[in-house]
Amino acid sequence: MEQRSGMVEKRGMGLWLTHGFMITGVLIIFFPIWLAFVASTVTQPEIVSPPMPLLPGGHFWENYKTALLSGVNVPVATMLMNSLIMAIGIAVGKIIISLLSAFAIVYFRFPGRTIFFWMIFLTLMLPVEVRILPTFEVVAGFGMLNSYSGLIFPLIASATATFLFRQFFLTIPDELAEAARVDGAQPMRFFIDIVLPMSRTNIAALFVILFIYGWNQYLWPLLITTDPEMNTIVMGIKQMFPSGDDVAEWPVIMATSILAMIPPVIVVVSMQKLFVRGLVDSEK
Amino acid sequence: MEKRVTFRGWLLPLVLIAPQVMISAIFFFYPAGQAIWQSLFIPDPFGLSARFVGLGNFEFLISDKYYRASFITTAVFSLLVTLCSMIPALFLAVLADRLIKGSGVYRTLLIWPYAVAPAVAGVLWLFMFNTRVGVVSWYLGHLGYDWNHVLNGGEAMGLVVVASAWGRISYNFLFFFAALQSVPRSVVEAAAIDGARFWRRFFTVILPLLSPTAFFLLVVNIVYAFFETFGVIHTITAGGPQQSTTILVYKVFSDGFVGQDLGSSAAQSVILLFVVGLLTVIQFKYIEKRVHY
Repeated sequence: MEQRSGMVEKRGMGLWLTHGFMITGVLIIFFPIWLAFVASTVTQPEIVSPPMPLLPGGHFWENYKTALLSGVNVPVATMLMNSLIMAIGIAVGKIIISLLSAFAIVYFRFPGRTIFFWMIFLTLMLPVEVRILPTFEVVAGFGMLNSYSGLIFPLIASATATFLFRQFFLTIPDELAEAARVDGAQPMRFFIDIVLPMSRTNIAALFVILFIYGWNQYLWPLLITTDPEMNTIVMGIKQMFPSGDDVAEWPVIMATSILAMIPPVIVVVSMQKLFVRGLVDSEK
Repeated sequence: MEKRVTFRGWLLPLVLIAPQVMISAIFFFYPAGQAIWQSLFIPDPFGLSARFVGLGNFEFLISDKYYRASFITTAVFSLLVTLCSMIPALFLAVLADRLIKGSGVYRTLLIWPYAVAPAVAGVLWLFMFNTRVGVVSWYLGHLGYDWNHVLNGGEAMGLVVVASAWGRISYNFLFFFAALQSVPRSVVEAAAIDGARFWRRFFTVILPLLSPTAFFLLVVNIVYAFFETFGVIHTITAGGPQQSTTILVYKVFSDGFVGQDLGSSAAQSVILLFVVGLLTVIQFKYIEKRVHY
């Protein structure tokens, strides 16, 4: 029964009911992941004669070994490596160029500053999906198809991170820059000794968000990596389905799906606080 | 807002800003400009020359029944994704908020789906509802319901909506939970002392206080449904059956890369550009409001 003594949290029966609902919710939300995991531990015949079992089987090592070392078109280990390079490249690249340009915009008055600022503001509005065809032509023109730079550069072109760092730099007390100037410190000294250390948490939070953004890209790698050796894991899963009437290798495909979600899940769960902060910051 | 204290010099800032400007110019402004330019032409079938048609591509799109259908599909899809991800998230957040202990554990577990890429989520849901091997479709069949999203447009839409909304529940949950935690306890307790039962407190006290968060999530989720669900649709239905799940972004891809209709694809990009612009303006208007509170 609910108490009216001012405490609004649930107790007694109500508490158990709340936990019950909560656990049911978590179970429903986890079911697709659980099923994929089960499928990655059983054999193909167990899956193609439905219903498949709902508890894990004994073929875990076998399926994951097949996936990692031979895959379907290309070993999944190769795709994992490509995804890792792409995700880290996007996160690190975007953080570096935005730190530099945000510093320039906040701490200097130079010709064309307002124009640059509006340029940056404009890029906030256009997701890559919208300018996909001409961007593809540009990348093809540079001969960057099937290359890491082709995977990375177009995705760091938007200036969301610059905008975030600008907002943060504006909150750094003026006295610090004043003191640095009085001491005769060069601007880059000030940047390295004061601004960078102060931005540590923001940089880490942004890294988490950008890593996941990069890892989970689908359309862009699908277009520009025609060579299976360059496939990323998220887009490579779809390529593992056979065309026509052949039956898909479900255990291997599901093992690959589980492998594809492990790195971002580890990043999100282990850096939960930073992640939540990064989310809130990047949507402000 | 501006800094009062700045450093002198103009060469250094230009050098600092150069990488950003170059990358934006090459991979952002030039392609965006090209999209607008190409939308005014119809290329010949061999791609050797292009004929200027002014707004012809746009006129054609507006009169094209497939394009109009795609607009409606997108509207239905994004509305459903938004509802299917916000309502369960709010429900779970309200539950978690009422727990003194253990909400941290639930939160950690509920974040998981956010980390799963839309395309991978598509594969997981496709596996569950696969017409040959899917567990859920098999049990549905035993209950007498013949599930076939490959042929049935409504079922295909349902499946892509659920697969797209699934990962978003995590995202919305985090924001709702944070908002609920910041509702002053004293306000809720005062209502409780006045004799308001839980649901009455929820609708008259808590929900109004959540409305800024809810509105923000509404816009963000619509943007997500418009632009970030390509992976889900490409893995599950590839826009079918009979284009019943072809949302606008998917159509830009299928007309441009598969159909090689460059002019039309570019014009569609430009229309999308306006849609994003509009959504961004709404978002910023709202944020300005929140700052003035």
